Amino acid sequence: MPTTLYEKILNAHVVEDMGEDLLLYIDRHLIHEVTTPQAFAGLNEKNRKVRRPDLTFGTMDHSISTRSLALDACGPQNELQLNTLATNCAQHGIQLYPVGHKNQGIVHVIGPQQGLIHPGMTVVCGDSHTATHGAFGALAFGIGTSQVEHVLATQTLKQSRAKSMLIKVNGKLPLGVTAKDIILAIIGKIGHAGATGHVIEYAGDAISALSMEERMTVCNMSIEAGAKAGLIAPDQKTIDYIKGREYAPAEEHWDQAVSYWQSLYSDDNAQFDTVVELAAQDIEPQVTWGTNPGQVVGINQHVPQPTSFADLVSKESARKALTYMGLEAGQAITDISISHVFIGSCTNSRIEDLRAAAKVAALGKVAKGVTAIVVPGSVQVKQQAEDEKLDIIFKESGFEWRLPGCSMCLGMNDDILQPGERCASTSNRNFEGRQGRGARTHLVSPEMAVAAAIMGKFTDVRSMGER
Amino acid sequence: MTGINVVKGTVTPLDQANIDTDQIIPKQFLTGVTRSGYGINLFHDWRYLDGNKNTPDAKFPLNMPQYSGSKILLTRENFGCGSSREHAPWALADFGFDCIIATSFADIFYGNSINNQLLVVTLPNNELDQLFAKVEKDPTVVVTVELSSQTVVCENLTFTFDIASHHKNNLLKGLDAIGQTLELDPQITAFEKQRHSWL
Repeated sequence: MPTTLYEKILNAHVVEDMGEDLLLYIDRHLIHEVTTPQAFAGLNEKNRKVRRPDLTFGTMDHSISTRSLALDACGPQNELQLNTLATNCAQHGIQLYPVGHKNQGIVHVIGPQQGLIHPGMTVVCGDSHTATHGAFGALAFGIGTSQVEHVLATQTLKQSRAKSMLIKVNGKLPLGVTAKDIILAIIGKIGHAGATGHVIEYAGDAISALSMEERMTVCNMSIEAGAKAGLIAPDQKTIDYIKGREYAPAEEHWDQAVSYWQSLYSDDNAQFDTVVELAAQDIEPQVTWGTNPGQVVGINQHVPQPTSFADLVSKESARKALTYMGLEAGQAITDISISHVFIGSCTNSRIEDLRAAAKVAALGKVAKGVTAIVVPGSVQVKQQAEDEKLDIIFKESGFEWRLPGCSMCLGMNDDILQPGERCASTSNRNFEGRQGRGARTHLVSPEMAVAAAIMGKFTDVRSMGER
Repeated sequence: MTGINVVKGTVTPLDQANIDTDQIIPKQFLTGVTRSGYGINLFHDWRYLDGNKNTPDAKFPLNMPQYSGSKILLTRENFGCGSSREHAPWALADFGFDCIIATSFADIFYGNSINNQLLVVTLPNNELDQLFAKVEKDPTVVVTVELSSQTVVCENLTFTFDIASHHKNNLLKGLDAIGQTLELDPQITAFEKQRHSWL
């Protein structure tokens, strides 16, 4: 029977078929400070061991400062949480990349960077953006802390079979339109809960044409459409990306691994529960106007009228969003001024993101009254950017150049906006209060964020060269 | 953990769709290392006007005296979307809710709730409309949710709800999920022996 990529990975990990539930083996468990202390406490209370510390990797990212390497830089509570992770990892023999380590960074940046993620793996992390790793054709999803404890103790997880959704992005992406714009356009089309209960497989020419880092950006935001996970079938780019990294398969197993990876694709006649198609050439740079990632339009469009939505829930949600965001229906997106710019997060903090952003930053200076920060996704990304002198371009343009971490994506640290401040952000959530109580977040690509920084308002980055 | 079957009590109505976990428990309260004490910060940014608890918003249902002490939260579509933080069900339970009735739930939140013995019930919007109407008319109205019979009863109204049998079983028995899986150790060990050599 023709099967989907999702089914192939799922079926290869069934330890026990329990009827409605499957007990799945977990190949890789990534951990960080925020969602694990209670899981380790649970293990310790019952005298349980971590079954496979060798398959578990930790980093510090959410609660840390991007201005200082001191663990107490964001207060004693954060320090306690960070030290708790360090103690737990030491006690259970888990490899941790703490602040100051050469491999430290945002959990979804360092996993691929270290070669920890291979096609066909099951990958979990107590973080909803774990779907990032689906870019490798791995089944990767976010879990809660009780599940983290379950994986630590058993290296397995109970899961029901999800529905499958194929999203095909056909054709060629116009110049100046990015992977971020693809995923925002997808969420805008299917809605903030459009993929609930589904695992998405992204396919089509425009997806195949993306680099590995761009694919990570797309898969990263699968959860913002409600999906359990997002997958892209591995190809030569995937194989080339993994080769030579620290945790890539060893030389003697490499050919065998590659030949397995090459078997990981959805069969021609595989059945998906839902199929969605988009034309790449219709996508323009996207800007969210509301308080969920599905409330998004193209840069040359206007803030929609709440009455333009078909159903009552969307109408009401739009009305509420406009009040929170301080926007008027009908306003041109290019008339929205911003006070802050954040370039970073597990969505857009990799070297290619920084290169693309720096290219635009080289065109001008950050506008007066705008505070703009660049937060690389990892120590290695930061080093690479500095080797390429991107930091100089950013600093000369008026951006602050920070240390790696989650930073202003969620403000569990000292990067927090004040009420009413408006931010062009390359992160993944524009929920109320996400970047600070009363703060207003607009999600955009790195290039669009820099364009907004320079112009002081949203601007079609494609017109920047013409200035 | 002990099981949960019947939740009987008054109801707090929160008639809004797409309530994300950043609203349920904002990020500044995720720095704890225990599972307790999150209730005081439940819906923090909506509950307190000034951001530091000195001025509760009298118009927010959780602050209204008529709903004080209720065990059931009534809400709408896609409740619990966004972040995977289990602090969300911890905060709801710590505040005093034993049951959330909504049109639909986000996947991770739903699983996290089951793992914390928080009874999550889905009902269609037209049935929720009737419950909201009852509660708005009389905040003292009592709703009884019974998991074994999969029913929600409020005065003359009786609705039935669907729940997967393994979820139902876990809630009813309050099983130690890890303990159960550890009993499958021979199967896990056997699986590990046939994993790919490069993993």
